[in-house]
Amino acid sequence: MNEIAQGVEAAFWLLVTFDRDLAEIALRSLQVTVTAVLIASLIGLPFGAWLAVRRFRYRRLAIAVLNALMGLPPVVVGLIVYLLLSRSGPFGVLGLLFTPTAMIIAQVIIVAPLIASIAHQSTRELWAEYHDLLISLNASRWQRIKTLLWDGRRALITAALAGFGRGIGEVGAIMIVGGNIDHATRVLTTAIALETGKGDFALALGLGFVLIGLALAVNIATHMLSRTEREGKW
Amino acid sequence: MVNALLPVVLRGAVVRKRGQRLVGPIDLTLDGQGITIILGPNGAGKTTLLRAMHGLERVASGRLEWAIPDAQAHQAFVFQTPIMMRRSVLDNLSYPLRLAGRAQSDVVTAAQDAARAIGLQDKLNLPAPRLSGGEKQKLALARALICAPQVLFLDEPCASLDGPATREIEAVLQQAKADGTRIIMSTHDIGQARRLADEIVFMVSGRVVQTGPAQAFFEAPETTQAAAFLNGDIVE
Repeated sequence: MNEIAQGVEAAFWLLVTFDRDLAEIALRSLQVTVTAVLIASLIGLPFGAWLAVRRFRYRRLAIAVLNALMGLPPVVVGLIVYLLLSRSGPFGVLGLLFTPTAMIIAQVIIVAPLIASIAHQSTRELWAEYHDLLISLNASRWQRIKTLLWDGRRALITAALAGFGRGIGEVGAIMIVGGNIDHATRVLTTAIALETGKGDFALALGLGFVLIGLALAVNIATHMLSRTEREGKW
Repeated sequence: MVNALLPVVLRGAVVRKRGQRLVGPIDLTLDGQGITIILGPNGAGKTTLLRAMHGLERVASGRLEWAIPDAQAHQAFVFQTPIMMRRSVLDNLSYPLRLAGRAQSDVVTAAQDAARAIGLQDKLNLPAPRLSGGEKQKLALARALICAPQVLFLDEPCASLDGPATREIEAVLQQAKADGTRIIMSTHDIGQARRLADEIVFMVSGRVVQTGPAQAFFEAPETTQAAAFLNGDIVE
């Protein structure tokens, strides 16, 4: 209990004194995860909607694989991305290993299946509702997907937020591909792991509280901006 | 006025679902103008026939042919339970025009005019799912008519509406007919069929039992099933 109290106190002082290192790693955490979620949303949302409207032979298998990918172990993703980006790997020439870009790539791989799967669930329900109308109106496949994404946007914001939640708290993959390098690839989660390893539990907890606060702030801001509660019925 | 989509010809057309025959074999030719009412008891296959003609159900055997290949693009369908998009009234009305690639300024003007025509001009910015049942059906009808379809299908559009709402829907249909839209509509409401129909297609158990001009059908039904239906008997 004493350590938790010390953690709260450490978080308080880190925020009050506007610690430069904290600001830097918090901003990097946000930058990496927000970028990854945006890219994953650009891939996952249309793919989820496409999967809802398209009928093909192995569709059920594709959905099962997508759902299974939601549980991808981040450490394994990190290892694979590491091997692909390492000097001896196929993309080694790009020199991306131990950069924020490598961390973004790893997070996109982890987050995209989650966003696509949730998007598929919500657009599938909307597609069942709209199916006859959109067929009757002769909407093209792309027009159907755009319509489902637009009319289901509030549920899809939740999908993106779920992706953000998974990304911002992720440590295994970004530790491997980012290397937790000070002033380069250190983010809140890897800093917490480092401080815990050093035995500075108060600082680790303080960073943890900042991380939770950051995640909450992004969620609340998104809900307020998208007015999910006020117009949630339509 | 010549309707380029017609005639629609069905020869031995059968619709099946999971191996079970829902409708058919049907031999039917619809041509000309006005309102054709597909009349029959519940379960007669009226909805399935309408959906098959509009391309929402596949014809498993036999043939169903319109005069032109992409006939569906010039048709519209109003469903028994109106499908309201999760958008405002204005956006619901605009949607078919946007799909058709009409200019933004035309879209808004046409949608406002359509809303005025059905008395929803004061509810343009309301979410469509929050409208009453009658308003939803009027909106669905206006949305179907906004691209001036040559053929309009309606599946029991007044089944759950009260008298005044039914009267408003029927007035819109009469206006659409006067504007040259060919209307093909299903109902089991004999009174509504008498008020609207120029031609009757009478169905029982997935088959067409009698077709012909409405007046002749109501005054002298040719089949015992049609006579029984008009008498209010249970027809199977």
